[in-house]
Amino acid sequence: MNDTPSKPEAVISMRKVSKFFGAFQALKDVSIDVHLGERVVVCGPSGSGKSTLIRCINRLEAHEKGEIVVDGITLTSDPESLEKIRGNVGMVFQQFNLFPHLTVLENLTLGPRRVLGLSEEDAKSRAMTYLERVQIPDQANKFPRQLSGGQQQRVAIARSLCMEPRILLFDEPTSALDPEMIAEVLDVMTELASTGMTMIVVTHEMGFARKVADTMVFMDQGEIVEVGPPEEVFTAPKSQRFAKFLKQILNH
Amino acid sequence: MKRLAIFAPVFLLLSGCSGNWGWYVVDPTTANGWSNLQFMVTGAYYTILLSVTAITISIIVGLLVALPGISEKRGWRAFNRGYVEVVRAVPILVLILWVYYGLPTLTGITLSVFWAGVLALALSDSAFQAEIFRAGIQSIDKGQYEAAQSVSLNYRDTMRYVILPQAIRRILPALGNQLVYMLKMSSLVSVIGMQELTRKANVLVVVEYRPLEIYTILVLEYLVLILIVSAGVRWLERRMSSSEA
Repeated sequence: MNDTPSKPEAVISMRKVSKFFGAFQALKDVSIDVHLGERVVVCGPSGSGKSTLIRCINRLEAHEKGEIVVDGITLTSDPESLEKIRGNVGMVFQQFNLFPHLTVLENLTLGPRRVLGLSEEDAKSRAMTYLERVQIPDQANKFPRQLSGGQQQRVAIARSLCMEPRILLFDEPTSALDPEMIAEVLDVMTELASTGMTMIVVTHEMGFARKVADTMVFMDQGEIVEVGPPEEVFTAPKSQRFAKFLKQILNH
Repeated sequence: MKRLAIFAPVFLLLSGCSGNWGWYVVDPTTANGWSNLQFMVTGAYYTILLSVTAITISIIVGLLVALPGISEKRGWRAFNRGYVEVVRAVPILVLILWVYYGLPTLTGITLSVFWAGVLALALSDSAFQAEIFRAGIQSIDKGQYEAAQSVSLNYRDTMRYVILPQAIRRILPALGNQLVYMLKMSSLVSVIGMQELTRKANVLVVVEYRPLEIYTILVLEYLVLILIVSAGVRWLERRMSSSEA
């Protein structure tokens, strides 16, 4: 979609992707292209398939039909190509999913040491760089449980960054947070967006979307209903469903 | 004097019960009693060596059997179920006899009493260990696997650095249980002649003809061993949970 010649090559390309959970079809022939450096915000009612969409990109869910190409590699169950893709695609989860038995620093260095083969010192200095980037270098030796939700999510972002991925996926990164902690996480994400990172963010934070997104995607019932730049789709939604959704989430 | 101070209260307490007690056989103040006690206590060496060796093997085998049990492939899971169901169904005593008297006929390899005992105990316990590990691993949140995958860890590293450290913390009480169980079950290896606590007590009973007193001491020996193990496991639990607090 939106294939204008000025845009760089697509780093993620989904073609008619379908995903079933038993009899329930979570994705219905979904097609989308994401380009290098593009910031995509995906929204939609719960159960609309937005989480499934991004979970298919690093194959936390295996799609049944269609084709997904990430960084030139077609997604299959082949472990080698999968490892390559996952090395290039980071993910931040709603529930943070930090490793509770490891310190913050160990959470950050595990991937770089085991997967990228960094030495302990290199991994540590890289970890500290990214902890500073998310503004919590002083928490490096604590365990996740000792941190607030906002801090934990920032650690999770730093953990992804330590792998130096080309693409970052965010699966409702602020939905499990207390309201006063949402801002600190969104700030970090906004800063990240300004560095040119390719990002796909599933969120209901419309202020963030307006500020950061190049492309808004609205999903409903497993389909992409509306795609476009935020200033266009927010002011003049083309579909009724999106208009109704916007009214629901902005009216409180 | 010190010996007396330890044993006297126990004897007095037990003698308070009615019955015809003859504590002289294990009276530490007499030469014969003291040597009898020493004879009995030295059995602890093989009881401990047997149990610790067997549980080490059974934990490794149990883990290796548990992993296919959580596989997505049906064949692997069937292997896990089959192993657990069959091994669990054989009484330990029967397994000890079968390994010691039967296996040499089958394979031509004669095992020493010690290794026959270790093999039988480890095999029997491994089925239970497999179930404990499976439960522990399955109790770990799916998000932990996903986070490990998202930093591109492979299966081995995911298990080794993310899943198992958390699972083992959770199953520590159950592992402690199995060690206690193992210490007690090792007494069965006495039937093939292993010179552990129970065998030594049996030998002494034949010589001294005072089963009541000797077996009472035997009970106390196991009690002390197991209380030490329990304290150790609890210490380990505290230490591991404090690092996570």
